[in-house]
Amino acid sequence: MKKLLIAALFATSTTAMAAETRFEISIKDHMFSPAEVTIPANQRVKLVVSNEDATPEEFEGEDFTLEKVIPGNSKATIMVGPFEPGRYEFVGEFHEDTAKGVLIVE
Amino acid sequence: MLSSAVIVFREVLEAALIVSILLAATCGLPRRTLWIGAGLIAGLAGACIVALFAGSITSAFEGTGQELMNASILLIAVLMLAWHNIWMSHHARELVAHMKNVSAKITDGSLPLYFLAVASGMAVLREGSEVVLFMYSVTASGSSASSMMTGSILGVIAGILVGRLIYSGLLRIPTARLFQYTGWMILLLAAGLAASASGYLMQAGILPYQAPLWDSGALLSEKSITGQLLHILIGYQERPTAIHLIFYLVTLCTIIAGMRWVGHRSNLRLQNSGA
Repeated sequence: MKKLLIAALFATSTTAMAAETRFEISIKDHMFSPAEVTIPANQRVKLVVSNEDATPEEFEGEDFTLEKVIPGNSKATIMVGPFEPGRYEFVGEFHEDTAKGVLIVE
Repeated sequence: MLSSAVIVFREVLEAALIVSILLAATCGLPRRTLWIGAGLIAGLAGACIVALFAGSITSAFEGTGQELMNASILLIAVLMLAWHNIWMSHHARELVAHMKNVSAKITDGSLPLYFLAVASGMAVLREGSEVVLFMYSVTASGSSASSMMTGSILGVIAGILVGRLIYSGLLRIPTARLFQYTGWMILLLAAGLAASASGYLMQAGILPYQAPLWDSGALLSEKSITGQLLHILIGYQERPTAIHLIFYLVTLCTIIAGMRWVGHRSNLRLQNSGA
């Protein structure tokens, strides 16, 4: 049973490792820009989120599991996907009223 | 104000629940308040330090420093909770006797209870650093700073109050059953924390990414109060992967096996000394 599970883990990992596509998002005045990012489906994608505010922000997936604090005036690299086509919302948890964004997976 | 209260409350709740369950689980143990208190203070100090160095932590290890730190904190907490449960399966009987009759002696009662300090410290460290960062973020952003700050403080107080309520509730369990119940709670708690740790390891790319097995977010959102409580208490996740499940089950089985083994040995010893 255990061996089977481990084999399953490695099988999924090799397909996910393939190619990485990179997208940039910036945070300014507690807002994401662009607030809508179109990313390819079924692919691991790299998001480089640069927080241009002086205050920290927490990047949090609403429709996918992800949580990462991005300190003020710094960049963070976030890997997402592979996703099925659809809309995947995310927020800046520390300023949820204004910091909203969506990944459009096509 | 309300939004900041909710955010802080969510963070504080996890630490408050872990600490209150630990407090109930060690009821009657000499000097446990001291150990847990020391852990809390160290955890708070650590949280401020982590918040201060958030920038360097995030960029460490090619940008995965934060995930690695969170995973390590969680896994250390799991280890300490496991140790607690295994230790208790040896000592619970003495503790019950002690609570019913103070003159009953607790062997090893004077032993240092490091695991209590470390477990509560880790709980505060992880959630505390996020609260500190959030509070810094709202105070530094100007305009509505004071109302946000008030909200944050209300959130902290509410979190501690809920912990306090849970503690009082647990103490109503009859003494003979108390440690059995808290033991099960800590077991599930530890398994859930281990699953969360695996999530961070996946996010860091150390464990391979996996598609979730299901998405029960529409049924029970992890952000709802019930979802949040279940997430902390039994490790509920709305989008678990196979790795989450493996970590959960392996932790669960390992701790149970440890408890059974130690419990069995101490039973044998009791029988031998009674004969």
